[in-house]
Formats: sequence, C-alpha cells, structure tokens
Amino acid sequence: MRRRSETVVAMLLFACAGCAIAFVVFYAIDRLGRNTQVMGLALGGALIFLAVALMVTAARLVVSEELEHDYPEPEHPEEQQAIEQVVAESGDRLTRKRLLKTAAGLAGGAVGAALVVPAASLGPVVSSAPLYDTPWRRGLRLVDDKGRPWRALDIEPKNFYTAYPEGADRDLIGSPLVVIRLDPAELHLPADRAGWAPQGILAYSKVCTHAACAIALFRTPKFEPTQPRPALVCPCHYSTFDPSRAGEVIAGPAGRALPQLPLYVDPAGVLRAAGNFSGPVGPSWSGVRSGKAT
Amino acid sequence: MVRRAVRWLDERSGAAPFLKGVLRYVFPDHWSFLLGEVALYAFIVLVATGVYLTLFFEPSLSKTVYHGPYVPLQGVEMTDAYRSVLDISFQVKAGLLIRQTHHWAANVFVAAIVVHLLRIFFTGAFRKPRDLTYLIGLAMLMLTLLEGYLGYSMVDDLLSGMGLAIGYSVALSAPVVGGALGRLIWGAPYPGDPAFESRMYIAHVFVFPIIIGTLIALHLTLVASRHHTQFRRPGRQSGRKVLGVPMFPGQAPRSLGLMAAVAGVLFLLGGLVQINPIWLWGPYHVGLGTNGAQPDWYLGWLIGALRLIPHFDVTIGNYTLVPNPFWGGMLFPLFVFFILAVWPWAERRFTRDRSFHNVLDRPRDAPWRTALGAGVLTFVLLVFFVGSADRAFVSYQIDYNTQIWIYRVLCLVLPPLVTWLTLRICRGLQRADEIEHDREEAEGESAAAAA
Amino acid sequence: MAALALAAVAIAQPPGGVVRPENEGSLRPLELGAQLFAANCASCHGPRGQGVYPPPFQHGASGIKGAGPSLLGVGALAVDFYVRTGYMPLGDPTREPHTNRDLWNARERRALVAYVASLSKGPPVPHPDPAAGRLAEGLQLFTERCSGCHQVAGEGGVVTGARVPPIQHVAPQEIAEAVRTGPFVMPAFSQKDISDGQLNSIIAYVRSVGRHDSGGWGIGHVGPIPEGMVTWFVAVVVLIAVCVVLGTRLKAR
Repeated sequence: MRRRSETVVAMLLFACAGCAIAFVVFYAIDRLGRNTQVMGLALGGALIFLAVALMVTAARLVVSEELEHDYPEPEHPEEQQAIEQVVAESGDRLTRKRLLKTAAGLAGGAVGAALVVPAASLGPVVSSAPLYDTPWRRGLRLVDDKGRPWRALDIEPKNFYTAYPEGADRDLIGSPLVVIRLDPAELHLPADRAGWAPQGILAYSKVCTHAACAIALFRTPKFEPTQPRPALVCPCHYSTFDPSRAGEVIAGPAGRALPQLPLYVDPAGVLRAAGNFSGPVGPSWSGVRSGKAT
Repeated sequence: MVRRAVRWLDERSGAAPFLKGVLRYVFPDHWSFLLGEVALYAFIVLVATGVYLTLFFEPSLSKTVYHGPYVPLQGVEMTDAYRSVLDISFQVKAGLLIRQTHHWAANVFVAAIVVHLLRIFFTGAFRKPRDLTYLIGLAMLMLTLLEGYLGYSMVDDLLSGMGLAIGYSVALSAPVVGGALGRLIWGAPYPGDPAFESRMYIAHVFVFPIIIGTLIALHLTLVASRHHTQFRRPGRQSGRKVLGVPMFPGQAPRSLGLMAAVAGVLFLLGGLVQINPIWLWGPYHVGLGTNGAQPDWYLGWLIGALRLIPHFDVTIGNYTLVPNPFWGGMLFPLFVFFILAVWPWAERRFTRDRSFHNVLDRPRDAPWRTALGAGVLTFVLLVFFVGSADRAFVSYQIDYNTQIWIYRVLCLVLPPLVTWLTLRICRGLQRADEIEHDREEAEGESAAAAA
Repeated sequence: MAALALAAVAIAQPPGGVVRPENEGSLRPLELGAQLFAANCASCHGPRGQGVYPPPFQHGASGIKGAGPSLLGVGALAVDFYVRTGYMPLGDPTREPHTNRDLWNARERRALVAYVASLSKGPPVPHPDPAAGRLAEGLQLFTERCSGCHQVAGEGGVVTGARVPPIQHVAPQEIAEAVRTGPFVMPAFSQKDISDGQLNSIIAYVRSVGRHDSGGWGIGHVGPIPEGMVTWFVAVVVLIAVCVVLGTRLKAR
C-alpha cells in the first residue's frame, strides 16, 4: 500500500511539474500567454497537483503519530518579581523622584505632540468653509461634457441632461447639474425661487446629499394619472427627490433636499446660472445647514 | 548534507535548540484549527501577486487618452492609474491572471479570517491567556477591511470611485468633526487633492502590509508561545498536556499541502472566473453613476446599513448635528467591533471565571456565549443581505421598498429569536450528552458487576 | 424564479389575455388592426386613440379600469415596440408593464401598427444599423445617459417604483424603439438629443457587452455580489473541505 501511495505521489509531482513547465512555455507563446484562462489552468493546476501530492504524503507516507507535550507555565512569578525589583531599585540614587518624573513626563508628552503635529500638513483641519465652495457664479453658461453650451430649446421634456459650469473642473462636487424641463403649471417652488425655472427648466445639483453618488436616474412618467410622478433618483441607496417641489426628499435615506441652481435664458437662448445654489452641495456634514453655497 | 547545513547554521546563530523545539512543536489535530492557516496563505499569495502588480501600476491621476487594444475605450480620456490597470489587464502577459488572483485572494483572505474568527469565538479560544492574541486578530480584521477597500479604490474606475465618494460621505458624517475629518483624509473637498491617490497607494502597498505583517508575526508568536488550544480528551489531562502531531515530519506536508491548495484555488479562480472587470465600468467621474454599484463583499454590511436606516438627519434648528450616513456607515461597524473587542473581558466579568483555559469549549458547552454570538451574527448577516436587495429585486421581482421594510422588522425580531432558539438547542444537546454519559457509566458499572 | 416572473406577468395582463376576432385569417390588415384595437386597446386609449384621462376611469371589457395616454402622434415606432414586447395590453394601468413575447403574432402586430399609424402622423419603425456604430462612442453615451438605470453593463437595475430590465440580448430594433419612445418611466430620447448615428453606437455597445469576457466566467457583470457568492460558495467551501480532509473530526464523547 505504501508503494502504491509512493507511486501516486510521484505521478502527482510529475503532473505538477508538467503544468508548471506548460505555464512557462505558454508564457513564451504570445497568443497563449495572453489567454488568462489557459495560464490560470496551468499555474493553478500545478499548485493543485502539488497540494494533492502533499496531502497524500501527509496521509500515507510520513509518520504522524501524536506526541504529548506540556503546556507552558502559566506564568513565571520569580522572574516577574525579579523584574519588579530591578525596576524599583533603579531609582535608589534619586533624591527628587517626583521632580524628575514630572519633567520626564512633560518632555515625553511634548516631543510626542511635536512629532505628530506635521500630520496637519495632510490637509487643513480647522475650517469647514471650503466645503461650501462651488464653481457656479451668476452669468456662467451651462455646458455639456464637451464644452458646448446648453440652449433652452435643447432641453426637451421627458428627458434629462447633465450640465457643467463653463471653464471649471467638471470633477468638482459642486460642478455637475442635472437639467430637466417640466410643465411650469406643475411646479410648486417656494416663493423665493420664483423665476428660478424659466420655461419650466429646472437645474439641480447632480450630487446626492446622502452619500455623494451622481443622481443618474430620472423617473419619467408618460401618463401622470396612473404612473409614479417625475423624480430624480440616486442609484446608490435610492434617495428620491421631487424636482417639482424644490428637490425635497420623497423616499430613501437622504436627509436634505437637493440644492437647486437658479437659471435664466440669455438673449442668445443659452442657459446661464442666475446665482449660486439654494443650499450647500454634496453630502451633509455637521453644521451644513447653517451655511449657504458660495 | 542536512547535518552540514544544520551545523553551519548553528555555528553562526546558535539556533539548533530553537530549531529542535520548532520541529517537535505539536499541533493538536482538528480540521477547524487549520482555518487561520488558510488566511495566512491567502496573505502570502496577496503579497506575492501584489508585488508584481506594483511593478506595473501607476498611482497617478494625470489625464491621458487611451490607445490600447480594448476597443470600447479607445480615444477615451482617463487617468494614468486607470489606464495602467487596463494595460495590466490587456497588455501585460499573465497580467490579468495576477490581477484577478490578487483580488480573489483579497476576498478569500477576509472570508478566511471571518470563518477563523467564528471558530475562535464559538470555541472560547479567546479566553485568558489568549485574549491578547484575539485582540491582535481583531485589529488585523479591521485593517484588512480598510486595506482591501484602498486596494480596489486606487484603480479609479466608476464602481470604486462611487465607493470612495460614499466613504467620503461617511467620514463627513462624523458628528462635529466630520467636515474636518473628510478634508483631512482627502486633503481637499471631494474628489480631493491629487495626492490622495498616492496616499492610498503608499498606504496599500507599504504601510498597511507592514503593519499587518508585523501583527501576523506577533499573533503567530503568541499562539506558539502559549501553545495552541485543544478540545477535551476524555480521560487525559487536557489542560496540562497537549496532544498533537509534531511539526516535522508529520504536520509539515499538511500545512504545505494546504498552502499549495489555497494558492492553487486562488490561481484557478484568477484564471477562470472574472472579477472586477474595470474595463466594463469605465473611468470615474463625479457626474457619472451606475445602477447596482456595490462595494466588495466584506463591506456589504455597510451598504446594507446605509440603505436600511430610515431618512433623517439629526438637526438642532438650522444646525445639522448628525448626518444620516453616520449611523450605518460609522456607528454600526464600530459598535460590532466594540462588542467583539470587549467580549473576553465581559465574559470574564459575567462568569467570574478568571482562570487559564487551554481546553476549548464545544459550542454547546457555553450556551450563553453561543446563543448571544448567534444573535449578533444573525443581526450582522441580515444587514449584510440588505445590501443586495436591489439585485434581488431585479432577479426575483420582490419589490425593493417592501424588502427594506421586511428587513427592518427582521433585524429587530430575528436576533433575539435566534438567541433564544440557540440557547434551547445548546441546553438540549448538553442534556443529551449527560444522558449518554450516564448511560455509558451505568453500562460500565453493570458490566463490571456482572464480571 | 421563472415562476415568479410568470406570475408577475399574469397580474399585468388583462384576464383572458388578448381578445382576437375568430375570422382573423380572412381580415385585411387595417380591418384586423381596427378590430384588435377595439377589443384590446380602446378601453384605455379610447375608441379613436384619443386617450382616457381619469377621473373618471372608463370601465371596459372584463371589468378593466381603463385609463391611458393618447396615441395620436406616437406613430408606428411606439406601437411596434409595445406590441412586440407584449407590454400592451396592460391589465392594470397603474402597474409596470411586463414582457410577454407570445401575446401577439407578427401579423397581428403589423395590423395594429398599420391601424394606429393611420390614425395620425408619427415616427415610423426605425431600422438601426449597429454595424455602423462606434463602440467607444456607445460606451460613453451609455454610461452618461443609460447606466444610472440599466447598469453600466446593461444588466438591469432599480428605480424607485419600477424594475429596469436587463438589455444585453434585446434586438437592435427594439432598443432603438425603447430609446425613442421611453416606455413606462424611462426618459424618451429624441433625435435631437441622441442622433441616429449615436443610437447605432449605443446599440452596438449594448449588444457587445459581455460577449467576450477576458477574465473568464463573467458571473453576471454586476461586480461584487456574484464575486462574494463565488468567494463563499466556491472558494470557502472548497478550502474548508480541504481542511476537513487534512484534519480529524471530533468524535462524539
């Protein structure tokens, strides 16, 4: 029986070697070297053969009688005492232990603090003011991702568009907007936002106020009486915002309404920002509501 | 020849007594004691494949245009980081194999740690004197969750970019300090300083591996110096003497075989099952999103928590005190880790058992620990499953919002139920054991009386 | 899973399925179309396709509560789509439509398309040419406009109140029709927004995704959920099995 196991192990080891050599050979052949499945089978196969060979060795070929061994001593009271004594005696020559201890503690604490302080260079810690910054200003044109300006007549109903501030970095949290056109008669914006939506064209920040994902879904009913109302939805945790009601949250975990950007249509028919957002853009942080978008 | 090598080594290091001890170190033999080794070998595969990947990955957010062989991305603007991973996947020979093996190894590494943790917990191996070993293990678990997250987020693809934005929101949601915390880590409001990418890189390839490696070394040293626990052996002094297979030649082929098996399984997966096909997701932009975006499985409990918590920010007048993501994204995981960390101490206090334990419990022998552990595990698992509720809706047409409400109820109702049930099962098994034991004793006595 | 899908479909369809005239084979297309329309569509879309706007709901055949948009101006494009997919007729207008490709046969579909198109002018059935599309343009457009609902690899998704179907294997003509008409709560993308050339690219991209997975078995192209399932149900299971083989098991005391 042992002889048979030995043969089996030898065969497995040869198979392992074969697969490993195959791996090297395939690597050299361009077409096979780029075939992830073939390469994976070769290398993985080699290792599996090796594994089985070792397992058979463990089960049949090596002596694996069990031995008994003492668990180590739970503790060493004599040595513990000796250490304690050495430490206690070390202060024998000192006459003003408390003074030295205080001074040493102060020095240690101060050096430790000093070493940690440069970590503040990682980023400015103190103020949250920059979190309110957005690149939008009154008069900036809304452009698409290729830089072409959006005109009011480009914005058709039953569709949604992404807009960015002209000349600004598209990848800032304050940059992307989702722009839609609703029937002005269906809008219920607060009084201080009258005129924010020319011809019913609304612009909201595209970044969810829950956890900063892009609000890339627009639920667009074709028959309002029986279908769910229009809504901007976030694909991460499904926060749902009502664009006809100033971006208020109607479902999902977001705690803050979606900030709206006021628009106007310039004489050339291009959409422009009429100011900054109605509120801070992006995910909430402590104190967020007490400031305004800047 | 072996003698010459050993002599050479002993003359130069004096290590022969140590090596002799190592060779004769005994391993108690139970299959569940090998789970920690599975994690260790997955880590070795991670380091080996990871080193290879660092030779080709470019941690830079500079913009470039793709002109490689993958047609749907040709002419598309992207960062160097993303492009370098496309090149690893499509240009470097065996690059995709190594990359996929690395990612599978990360997933399996965390899974193995979790299974190992369950074994440690439900057999009481964390009790004195091994509570320090246990805490080191817990620390490693927390670090590997972060390490994995950083690893797949460095690639700057759409899926992981969305995940980073969510991470930023969770940092921002810390009460009072959130705004500062987010800006500290990212260097600037999201998407942050360009240096953030290289910070992730250096953390992932250097700082964290060194820390985890050191902790592994400490963990294994402690396991060896206090010696491995074992299950009770009838009629023997299980607390004083450990019975097991010596390291060499008995245990060595088993451990090496397990290592080869782990590596083999990982490379087979790396070659045969696609993982994180970043070319399908495309490069990340703040204004882009995809449905069905998910973090890697070991962070699934967090996305579940973020979806489960009902919508509210804690506000005082016009001041937001606690934004919504805090509860699910920060408090929930910290709470679970807190329970795990504090458990050895809490158990010592409540059972008033401060003695040494070298013998493991069978789960039924510690009914309260098993029952409470099962309850907490049920809670975490439920939250974990919430994370996949959207895909369950797409595949099985169970309404999403209905699922969320059902899960909310289940999270409150099921854990206590499972705790109670587990307690009863443990007690029942204990009674069955006692009856069996009494029966054997009685049979033994009657046989002796008859003789 | 298939049973659940069938059950959902059954709820959405009118009781009794489609009502057809008995002498169907002998009718000319426009006549057939008119009769099918009267029997299956008029309760919700009105006898001349002018729409029924509740309240009040119109009560139609088999107790159906009728309400539906006007079909004037939708053209052959929309009708072909809704009939081809079996989204129409819809038993309950408040429910999401479901696919049922066995509901109408080709002749009936052509008849209905001809009839509704005859009611007013509207866009014709499109004939996209995906071969003329560019994959890179398709990926970019799809990611910007479609992936939020359909998932970046077209594997479908969730929107509050609706299920978004996977679309990788949908016929090019149907994709084109859906993009232009915007079924249920999907936006409707006109030619001004997505030109025919761009639509060809999008279709080419959607049909190409997942056809060839360089990494091996694609496991659904949705990322970490199936990856986690493979981790636990394949890797962990196999490795625990290896541990069990290598080690002993505890025997009952």
